Formats: sequence, structure tokens, C-alpha cells
Amino acid sequence: MLRAALLFRLFLFALLSTPFAAHAVMEIQVVGGAANRIAVAMLPFQAAPGQPAPGLAQIAGDDLKRSGQFNLIDVSGTQAPADLAQVNPGAWRGKGAEAVVVGQVTALPGGRFEVKFRLLDAIKQTQLAGYSYTISAAQWRTTAHQIADIVYEKLTGAPGAFGSRIAYVQKQGKRYELRVADADGQNPRTVVRSGEPLISPMFSPDGASLAYVSFEDKKPVVYVQSLRDGGRHKTAAFKGSNSAPAWAPDGKRLAVVLTRDEASQIYLINADGSGLSRLTQGGNIDTEPVFSPDGQTIYFTSDRGGSPQIYRVAASGGEPRRLTFNGSYNVSPTISPDGRYLAYIGREDGRFRVVLLELANGQTRVLTDTARDESPRFAPNGQAVLYATVQGGQGVLGTVSLDGKTHARLSESGVDAREPAWGP
Amino acid sequence: MNKIFWPVLLALALSACSSTSGTPAAVEDRTGGTTPTEQTAGGSKPAGGAETTGLGGAGVAGSSLDGSGKYTGDPRKNPASPLSKRSIFFDFDSFVVKDEFRPVLEAHAGYLLSKRDAHVVLQGNTDERGSREYNLALGQKRAEAVRKSLKVLGVPDAQLEAVSFGEEKPRNEANTEAAYAENRRVDVVYTDE
Repeated sequence: MLRAALLFRLFLFALLSTPFAAHAVMEIQVVGGAANRIAVAMLPFQAAPGQPAPGLAQIAGDDLKRSGQFNLIDVSGTQAPADLAQVNPGAWRGKGAEAVVVGQVTALPGGRFEVKFRLLDAIKQTQLAGYSYTISAAQWRTTAHQIADIVYEKLTGAPGAFGSRIAYVQKQGKRYELRVADADGQNPRTVVRSGEPLISPMFSPDGASLAYVSFEDKKPVVYVQSLRDGGRHKTAAFKGSNSAPAWAPDGKRLAVVLTRDEASQIYLINADGSGLSRLTQGGNIDTEPVFSPDGQTIYFTSDRGGSPQIYRVAASGGEPRRLTFNGSYNVSPTISPDGRYLAYIGREDGRFRVVLLELANGQTRVLTDTARDESPRFAPNGQAVLYATVQGGQGVLGTVSLDGKTHARLSESGVDAREPAWGP
Repeated sequence: MNKIFWPVLLALALSACSSTSGTPAAVEDRTGGTTPTEQTAGGSKPAGGAETTGLGGAGVAGSSLDGSGKYTGDPRKNPASPLSKRSIFFDFDSFVVKDEFRPVLEAHAGYLLSKRDAHVVLQGNTDERGSREYNLALGQKRAEAVRKSLKVLGVPDAQLEAVSFGEEKPRNEANTEAAYAENRRVDVVYTDE
């Protein structure tokens, strides 16, 4: 499948939902999409008795569709193939398909299922991928996302992020909930509930913990919480304010912002709260630290030049270097997993929007057309940016592809969503 | 004589963070010599959302005047005293304590110096525009400016803590300039109230 090579570096992101679930779930709207989409025929998988709904092909197909990178060929009326080895992908070429996905589910004893799927090249009539899984019903959606990730990677060349998770803060009246959900907004679980604000969640690199800031002690305090058992501890609760936690790639240390000595300054601290050391110096604001993927550099926001701008400094200390120069308000840096791009919020004509900066050449591009964007976060596959914005007076989450062409909104009626994080 | 000294000291406080005062400022007693009564406000109730002073316009609840017209309740609750004023407001993107708030800060410094077991938390706040974390830092800068003012007025560090709520605790949730102005403030919160 050489089409991938022709797609330049088209970008995608991974959000979607099916409309109904037991819990209130955010709905997703997609606008736009890549100009050059890959046509895929996603045939229904042969079903097993007692399998969960919706089907795997449906969930994985929704993933691909909502990425903005794919056109799904109409397969209505098509029978699920009984023998995967007998499918002729060339037959779908006539309907415009470049690739065909086929699969089957077989019931196993003990309520388990065997899932097999194959990704076929409709033009070369070869197999691009083939996998088999033995799963429980609880792993149904995860398996569908894995299938979508494999199809995505084989056809675009970039890894998928459909199997990843997001976190966000939901505000309803005076109640705050920190939630973790699948990247498609499904399966939301509340991990912290509070009558006081919660901000700045960030997944640990292994996805097993969340760092965040809670105001439950009448001031901002940094917590680290295990997602496995819900246990948590205060990582930074010094005099003054404690905020802006950012995990180092090793998952052992965090950068945090403390005011114990002077104005907001960046410190490094072990996840258990030991080993505090100060990174930045001076009486100005230094905040919103984020580590480069190799852990060697920290990007942050500072007003040391008279207006908030983005700087970088070696994680071992030293003289910070300014990175943004256009405009008088550039804040909230996030770095792509390959370290090539910085996304941040820039203010122009009173509008706060997501800006993408290519670090190698300093070129910038405004990605969004909204006015009150906040808290951008790169997708774990680097193909999209998740951010918070305001739509119709309500806080919603949005994603945008790095080319700015595909936008999605996640929202739940009557609920403010903000402070997103995107984990592995 | 104190009346002359306060503005001078305050001006020092406002001009910079240079820690000038080795000289403990003399205490002006504005409490009228009455014993403050115990106030138990909502215990562990979060302070941010509920504002610190409930006296507002009516302001008579719980206060009593004796025959001489003297206020006999907690002096901090006396609506006639600048101690009842608990908010310092700021201009957009600014953390400069404006002159008009001198009397309020002088009064609180005087009270804190007269009651060394009293503690205040200075809670910085911002309007909702821009980054939450940057606003947290900006609110902190405002709280620090007020803390330094009080410090220069002689209040020991141990009685003061500057924290920030950033944009998280707006007093007015409307989306207007007037609402933003109400939200750009530092609240002086006594820990025993």
C-alpha cells in the first residue's frame, strides 16, 4: 500500500463516540478532514453468539472515520465473510477501496472470544496485517481500538492513538470531577470529586498515575494519584501555591511550580515529594513547565521579558532562551512526542488560539479558529492537539490535526469540560 | 505621628520588593480598645467561593453598639472600620497595589501587629482570560504584592501566607469588563474566621 507515502504527512486524531452508554459521555462532532483520504472497505466481522455490541468493525470504523483521514466505503448489504482466506480484496477495488478489513469473532468457553482480523491491500491484493486475539467481553472496545490503530499505522505510516486515554476536568455547578476516559470519550470514570477546583492533570509516562492540582486545602497543592487503586499523596504542598506538575520522561521526577521562595518558580521534585531542587531563578513568573521527550530540556512560560512568552532551559539548569516573539501573550507550551513541534496558546486581537511552532525553523501556524482556547496537549502519536475552548458559553474539548484541517469537539450538554490531558 | 509614617512605609512596600524594614513599625490601635469577640464562621468551609466579609450593604447582623456609640464586636467586622474591607482590586494584567487601598492595608497591619496569634491568607485572583496556570502565577504575584506591603508595615512573615486561586474563584461569573474587574483582586482571609 504505497498510498501512505503519497499522503505527505497528513495528520489525524482519534476521537469519537457512539451516542449511548451507561454513563453520560461526551459527544463528538467532526468538522473537515484531510483533502486526500484513504478509502477503506470495513466489512462486517462474522459475529459470535453473546458478543458485545456494537460490533468491532463498527467501533474501529468509527475511529478511522472520525480521524478525518479515511473514507469508509459503503458496505451495507454485504455478508460477513465466513472464511477470511477466501476474501478477494480486488473485488472491492471497483468500489474505490484501497484497503479492505475483514474479521471474525468466535465464542470460546468461559465467556471469552477469539477475534481474527486481516487488513488487505485492494490494489496489490496482498495482506498488510493479520492478527488474532483471545479476549474477554470487557476487552471488547480496547480490541476494536487496537484494530483501528493497526489499520491506521499500516495505511498512514504513523502510529494510531485510538487505544489511548484522555483525562479532563468536568465542572457542574460547584462540583468538580477529574475524569479519565477512552480517547473516544467512552467509558468515562471519575477519579477525583471535589467541591473545590481541580486543574492541570497530566498522565505519568506509563499511564498508571495522574498528577494534578487540587484546591481542596484552600490553596493549590500538587497531588499524584495511582489510577490502579486510587491511592494518592501530596507531592508538593509547600507554603504558598503549588502547581503546574509536569512528568519527566523517566516517570520518577516532576517539574512543579512553587512560590515558597519568591514569585512562581520552577522546581524539580521526586514523585514521592523528596529531593526538591530549584531550576529557575529570579522574581518573575516562571510556570507551565513541560519536559522535552529526551528529558534534557524544559519548555516553560515566563514574563521575564515583560510579557508572557515561551522559553526553554536545560533540565540541569542554566540560562533560559526565548522561543516566541510574535505577540504579547504566548503561553502553555506542549511538545510533540518526536520533539519537533511546540504547540501553545497565542493571543492575537484578543483571541486565544492554538499555535503550532516548528522548532527547527521557527515557523508558526495558527491551528484553530476559536477565541478562548486553553491547555493544548499533544496526542501520544503526535498527530493532533487536544485543547479546551468555549463554545456557546460552555467549556468543551477540541482536537485539531497538525495541518489544521480536521477539527473535532467533545462536549456534554450542560457540563463544562476543561483542562484536558492525553495519556498513553 | 503614625499617620505620617504609614503612607511612607507603604510607599516603600509598593515601590519594590527590597526588604527595607528592619524597623518594626509602631502599632496604631484601631480596635478602640474593645476585646474582639470570638467569631466562628464556617470552620473548614472553603473560603474562596464564599467571600470573606458578609457585611455588605446592611452590615448590621451580629454587631452591636454600646451607649457611647462604640462598636463592641470583633473589630474586623465593624462596618465602619477599614478592617471590614477584605479585598484589594487590581488593574488588568497588573499587580501594583493602588493608593486607594492604603487605609485598608494599614488597618490590617495594625490588627495583625496587635494580635500576634492572628494569621491571614492573602488569596490572589485574576479574571478568566488566558491560561489557568499563568493566571495562577499572576494571582500569586498580586498576593505577594499585598504580602510585601504588609511586611513593610511590620507584620512578621509568620503571620502571612500568600496563595493564589488564579481564575478559579471568580466573584462575578459574568463575561463583562465590570465582572473581570471584580475578579482581579486579593482577598485578605483570617484563618480564625
